[in-house]
This record gives sequence, structure tokens and C-alpha cells, in this order.
Amino acid sequence: MTENSERRVVSVIVVNEASVLSRITNLFSGRGYNITSLTVAPIPDSKYSRLTIVTSGSIRVIEQITKQLHKLIPVLRVYEHADLVEKEMALIKFPISENISDINTICEAYNGKIVNSGENVIIAMVADEPKRVSHFLEAIKRYNPKEIVRSGAVALER
Amino acid sequence: MQISGAQMVIEAFIAEGVDTVFGYPGGAIMNVYDEIYKQDGFQHILNRHEQASIHAAEGYAKASGKVGVAMITSGPGFTNAVTGLADAYMDSVPLVVVSGQVPMSLIGTDGFQEIDAIGISRPCTKHNYLVTDAADLPRVLKEAFYIARSGRPGPVHVDIPKDVTAQIAEFDYDVALELETYKPHVKGNPRQIKKAMEAIAKAKRPLFYLGGGIINAKAAYEVRELVHKTGIPAVETLMARGVLSHDDDLLVDMLGMHGSYAANMAMSETDLVIGLGARFDDRVTGKLSEFAKNAGVIHVDIDPASISKLVNADYPIVGDIKNVVIDMLEQSDKIHSENYESWRETINNFAELHPLTFHEDTQRLKPQWVIKRVGELLGDSANISTDVGQHQMWSAQFYPFSRPNQWITSGGLGTMGFGFPAAIGVKAACPDKTSINFTGDGSILMNVQELMTAVEKKIPVINIILNNNFLGMVRQWQTLFYDKRHSETDLSVQPDFVKLSEAFGGVGYRVKTKEEFDAALKDAVEKNVVAFIEVVVERFENVMPMVPAGGSLFNMMLLEKKERK
Repeated sequence: MTENSERRVVSVIVVNEASVLSRITNLFSGRGYNITSLTVAPIPDSKYSRLTIVTSGSIRVIEQITKQLHKLIPVLRVYEHADLVEKEMALIKFPISENISDINTICEAYNGKIVNSGENVIIAMVADEPKRVSHFLEAIKRYNPKEIVRSGAVALER
Repeated sequence: MQISGAQMVIEAFIAEGVDTVFGYPGGAIMNVYDEIYKQDGFQHILNRHEQASIHAAEGYAKASGKVGVAMITSGPGFTNAVTGLADAYMDSVPLVVVSGQVPMSLIGTDGFQEIDAIGISRPCTKHNYLVTDAADLPRVLKEAFYIARSGRPGPVHVDIPKDVTAQIAEFDYDVALELETYKPHVKGNPRQIKKAMEAIAKAKRPLFYLGGGIINAKAAYEVRELVHKTGIPAVETLMARGVLSHDDDLLVDMLGMHGSYAANMAMSETDLVIGLGARFDDRVTGKLSEFAKNAGVIHVDIDPASISKLVNADYPIVGDIKNVVIDMLEQSDKIHSENYESWRETINNFAELHPLTFHEDTQRLKPQWVIKRVGELLGDSANISTDVGQHQMWSAQFYPFSRPNQWITSGGLGTMGFGFPAAIGVKAACPDKTSINFTGDGSILMNVQELMTAVEKKIPVINIILNNNFLGMVRQWQTLFYDKRHSETDLSVQPDFVKLSEAFGGVGYRVKTKEEFDAALKDAVEKNVVAFIEVVVERFENVMPMVPAGGSLFNMMLLEKKERK
């Protein structure tokens, strides 16, 4: 398709039952849709789980994704977010020999801090908008991060 | 009452009014087959391959409008059935398919005849279940039937481990369904319907585009009323044959890749497409950017995902076709048939310019003649199944369909081997109608073992094999688009079809002339046993008109006129 591809965040409320996640991911792979990130967790005090899927596609593709998701029997609701608060977490492991106070200061600028220190490594955490998390990961490159884990985005409509 | 999981399956089928189950036993499903042995609430038809069981259940469902039921075992039993599930999914056929699975303790251990059945059936079913506790079975089975037949129908697969079929639990089928996450729309939005009717009243060249969803919704007679009341001409998709009767003046034949010139031109010239239960399949639209280019689009469908999937709908209406058409009928007073007089004339001129026809210009019989002839001899008294290929397109083009559920074919998936087992299911559903299967010399061999099923159960399906010693449709494409390199499509080496049928206990005929064909068909109908009528037909006949894949609907290859007698 020639239409412009856009980044989109889709939230899906599903019955928390066996194999529901594979129904969702099968749908994406089977129909050629893209998943950038995906997070899942149960919704407290309910039989439902919430998935946050970051995807991309033209308006028509996003509309199809929404409709096809809704067609799955265990899907209760699908939100395609326009106006949202979006956050992502990252955990980063640094050698203890790096400048810890510099790292801590940078983390603070991105809603984070050092959360663990061991014999050889420290672990820092940040939680911010996905784009800012990417900026952060650029900024700390010179401190030789040994391992980086991103959580994938979660989002709520404003 | 406290009963076993296997007994629950039987009780649920009986409660659902199932009268016929198609299937094949095996290790993991034996507990259920033991209960089938003990019951007399329904008949079981033993097919000779699991794929055939699913197609038979499809044929049953398509002819009867009820949910088709099939039962199979784990592992290879299930994998054999996958083609059938995919076929039913593509054509929205309501099925409940129960499969056995290895016992719970063996799941995940690569046990004997173990396969991740629900993992495989997920993309080719409307929904599926792995039942891990017999206490869930009544709910699951009830949901399965409900999901299969409601909304946009489709196959539902229920996988039951062997120990669960032996487990004893409480059975109460009289419970209300609680499906919070599944609520199909049934009523169309009244404001959208009103807007659509206003658009129709304004249109100069509106065209009904009728799809198989009308047959699923059991709305054909309401649609006939709407078409006649408005005087708006209609084209049908492959799956919609029989919605309008063949002799209806407002029917402009089938459209699409092998649609008639008039139907494809009408679709290209219309200013308002009124799509009812059709899904703008690529075999219908041809090149999308040129499809009904200057037309607005009304699209009525039960499945929101079908609307604006390929062609943008200006008037999307989600709902059950029957309800929506009844609402449309109530608001149709402002639509005046006489306004479309010149439009109907235009279409009639298209039809006169290039009518759907064929030339009887060779020594051999033409396949189209055979189909027309069966129509003349049997007409409304036969249900017509087909396999897939040239014979299927000719059947769609030339059989005089007169009612919904008369036409049973594999549209979306295009499954060779569908026809014979489907025709067995059709006969089981409608014993008072002759069950014809138009097939080819390629397709028939893909489920030929069903001769045994038909003979054993005395199901007199008449298979008319249009034998051109070719895999005809592929040969046609090779002739037209691959410079006549007929790669692996020459089927000159063949069985003796007469002896083949006789070997199983059926009857067989090999005919080369019109007289021989008439006599064979008459004899087969009278004998009332399974029959093969092998008709030796012109080898190089092509299905025409033809829109080359990806081409525009109005750019058709046509039957050469100069040859016409």
C-alpha cells in the first residue's frame, strides 16, 4: 500500500484464558501486521488482561487490525489511542567501574535511578515516554552498558 | 446428571438437534465412538478420509442451513481435517468439529498421534477450544454451536483429551450462555440504512452486488423482494448463485474473473454499488483501483472487518442481512423502478453484445453443453456440488439455479476434492433432491475413496466427470500466460473411471455423445446408486470471459465472436 505508515498504540482487553496471547500474535503474523512491542498483564480484580501493542501501518491497516482483533472471540474491547499517556521502562546493567554519580544524574532526568548494586555491576532503571527512553539509551552509551532491557510501552487514554 | 465426557458429547449433539455426524474413529476419540455405538439419536456416516468428513459436514451445512458436525481423532486424523476447516473458514460455513487428543498427562511429550491441534486450527477456525476438564464440556459445546451459527458463521473446533472423555462430571445443557466478549451485531443502524436508501433513490445506475452472506443469513427471498420492488439490476458472486432465480429479468449473471461481460460491465459503469453479504474478493474485483471506479458503495455485512477492508464503503451497515433488507424494504417507497429503465436497457445491450455462451464447433462434446443439459433435465430437482477448476466455473455460469442452498462449491479456498464428499453431505441433508457433483478428471481423484462411503451408506451421488485429460484451469493459464508450456497438467494417463466406480460397488458410464449422455444420466437417476458419468469433452476449451489476474474488470478476454454459429 502506498499510504503512509504511522506508529500506533492499540490496547486490547481480553479474557485471561489459555492461549489467548497466541490468538493475538497469530493474527498479527498471519495477516502480515507488524508488532513493535507488546506488553501483557492481568487487570486487577477481574477476569481480563490488558495488552498494549505498539504497531505501525496506514490508517486502513490500523482500522483492519482493530476490527480483526475485535473479531476474536475472547476480545472484549480494542482501543486505538489518539490522545494518550504512554510510558516505557528500561533496566540497564553497568560495570561498577563506571562513574556511578554521572549515571545516577542522567537517570534522574528520565524518571529513574540506580536500583541495585552488586559486586561487579550496578542496575539502573528509567521510566519515561518510549521516545525519551531511546534518548536516554543514546546518552548512556559512553558508560558501556553491559545489558539493556526495555519493557515495551504501556498506555492509557487521557 | 453425572455422565462421562464422551456421553456429554452425544447428549450435546442430541440437544442441538444434530441428525447426522460425519467422522472417522481412532485411538484418542474411542471413548466417544463407544458412546456413538450405544446411541440412536443421530446417524454416523463413516467417510474414508478425515478431510472428506469435514467437506461432507460442509455440504450438509450449506444445503440444510444447519450446523454441520464432524468427529475425528488426534494427530493425523486432525491434520487430515485441516484443509476442510480452512475451507469452511474461508466460506463461512457453520461447523462444529470435535477431535480427540492424547490424554492430558501426555500433552507436550510428543506422545503417539499427538499434535498441537488447537495451535494448528487457530488461524483456520472462527474459534477453538482445548477442553481440560469434563466439567467445562457442556458450556464449551453449547458455545461452540452458538459461535458456529451466529454472526458470520464459521467452523469451531473442540479438542478433547482422551482422559477428559472418560472423566465423570455434571451435565446440564440447559444453562444460559454468558459470552460477554462475543455479541454479534444483528440490527443495522437505522440512520445508516436511511442514508443508504436516500443514496439509492438519488442514484442513476445502481447495482445490487449479491454475495454468499445472503444465503448464510437465509435472506434470499427478502433480497428477491427488494430487487423486484426497486427494479434495480443485480449481479451475483460465485457464492451467491441461486439467490436470484436464473430466469429473473433483473439478474445480470455472475461477475468477476469468469463473470459475464454484462455483469462486469455493469459493475464498471454503475454509480452506486449495493453490496449485500459480499466481501470484494480479488477474484471479483480484479484491479482494485479500477473497480466500480465512479461509484459510491453501500456495504451491508454482519462482519465489520469485511467492510472497507478492500473497497472503501461510503455507507457501511453492520448487521444481519435479513434484518437490514427488511428495514430497507420498509423504506423503499421513494425508489422508483421506472427511473432505472435506461440503465436496465444499457445492461441488456451489454448482454446482447457478448452473451454468456459457447460454440459447439468440434467433434467432441463441450463441457458447457453437459452442464446446460443437466439443467434442462433436472433443473430445480437437483442440488449441485462442484470440485474446483474449469468445470466449477462452467457450472456457475451455465447451470440454471433457481433457489438458495442449491449450489455447493468451494469458493474462498478453492479446494480440489471438495465436491464428492460435499455432495454426500448434501444428499444426507436433502434426500429428496438429486445430488449432482460436477467434477473434473483432476479433482475427482482427490477424494475418490468416498465411493466407499456412498456405497456403504447408499448415498446416490451422481458424479459427472468432465474429462478433458487435463488439469484444465491450470492448463488454460499455461496456454494463455505461459506460452503453452503445459507443465505437469497433461492427465493423459488415467484410471478407467467406469471400472473404478464399479470396483467400489457403484455404477459407471463413459459417454462421448449427447445421446449417450442423456441415456447415462437417466439411467443413473433411476438406478439411485452412486455413479460416475465420465464425459469425454473437448480438451482445449477455455473458460470465457476471463479477466486476467490483477486486470481491470472491464478488460475481459472474450469468446471469439467470429466463430459463433
